[in-house]
Amino acid sequence: MVKIIYKNNQGNSKTLEVEKGLSVMEGAIQNDIPGIDADCGGAMACATCHVYVEENWFNKIPKAEDAEVDMIDMAYEPKKNSRLSCQIIVTDELDGLVVTTPEKQS
Amino acid sequence: MKKTDVIIIGAGPVGLFAVHQLGIKGLKAVVIDNLDKAGGQCIELYPDKPIYDIPAVPECTGEELTKRLLEQIKPFQTGLYLNERVEEVHPEKENWIVKTNNKEEFMAPNIIIAGGVGSFEPRKISLKECEKFEGKSVFYAVKNKDNFKNKNISIFGGGDSALDWALELSKFSKITLIHRREEFRGAEHTLSEIRKLEQEGKVSIKTPCQINSLESEKELKSITIKYDDGKTEKIPTDIILGFFGLIMKLGPIAEWGLNMDKKTIEVNPKNFETNKKGIFAAGDICTYPGKLRLILSGFHEVALASVECFKRARPNEKYRFEFTTSSKTIQDRLGKK
Repeated sequence: MVKIIYKNNQGNSKTLEVEKGLSVMEGAIQNDIPGIDADCGGAMACATCHVYVEENWFNKIPKAEDAEVDMIDMAYEPKKNSRLSCQIIVTDELDGLVVTTPEKQS
Repeated sequence: MKKTDVIIIGAGPVGLFAVHQLGIKGLKAVVIDNLDKAGGQCIELYPDKPIYDIPAVPECTGEELTKRLLEQIKPFQTGLYLNERVEEVHPEKENWIVKTNNKEEFMAPNIIIAGGVGSFEPRKISLKECEKFEGKSVFYAVKNKDNFKNKNISIFGGGDSALDWALELSKFSKITLIHRREEFRGAEHTLSEIRKLEQEGKVSIKTPCQINSLESEKELKSITIKYDDGKTEKIPTDIILGFFGLIMKLGPIAEWGLNMDKKTIEVNPKNFETNKKGIFAAGDICTYPGKLRLILSGFHEVALASVECFKRARPNEKYRFEFTTSSKTIQDRLGKK
């Protein structure tokens, strides 16, 4: 189990123990974390699992592939530290990862 | 008002296969979809991506699957009502009346909701003030080019739609193309055309930046964009065009009195009926214990729902289970001799 911290745009946070190998999106969906919709179910096709990754973590997680960055163009208020949470796979290295959900997904 | 046996909401793979399952039972249907073409997510989200889990089809793209389904339901000559979003559903005696946003009306004893994750709608600019100019000076599609002549147009987006329209509208308007990052992801040749127009001073490209505010009196006058480094710039603008792709919205479905679990509709897995008699839900939009969001599950769901639809549409006839391989009646309906 790996500790992932989900913050909402109000700054409230919830810490979850997420199973290794799941995506950060799946961790949120399985635990009813609001603010992540994941309409397409993790196919990198909808940009509704969009999160902001805290700066010091952003460079530690594997870089987004082109298709993900293209999809982030479609997200609500994308920023430089935007990622699709369905593409962040939980590993031991991510213990303590902090992601913030945007004001809304659509 | 058009009368039929079953109104199918959603022209994705599950909605299309519903036509088949109803058709072989001798039931007529209409299909309504908000998109301008059939195929649903298969066409909109992954037309070129291979699907590997359709039984007996080792590999096919979303587009191919849609084509084959349309081929399979051809014998039933079903009305496809595209660019129509179902707004209202209400009962009238034993029937349901369905009204669309374009004031089309349908009546049937059965409705099958095969609406995926909802209807596709353009994703809008997040800036609140844009709302009140929507349809006047803020647009998410170009319907009639004539309305976009001799204007200052600011186009947002980095994909094919943004690039194509920048190119097209630059013939008779001043275009500013604005994108949140340096890279565009449209077709190479369109992009090089745009770069050429930029050098000729016909199109101006602003990256990496996003909209910050808009300035208006009665009408839109200009917009202010903000670069990543915090600098801002004012751009005279009559029209804003936003191309941020499509999102799926559940929309009015949530207001029809159906039992919902988050964004899905609860159904009885025996016949996929909802809590309302004669309203069924199948595919991604339905939920029941063990539900899997697979196309093949949706096919199964509409097959079972079609039996219940038959009972309601033909209360005086007995439903007879038949195989397509041996039933003359079905083969006739399929136009096979």
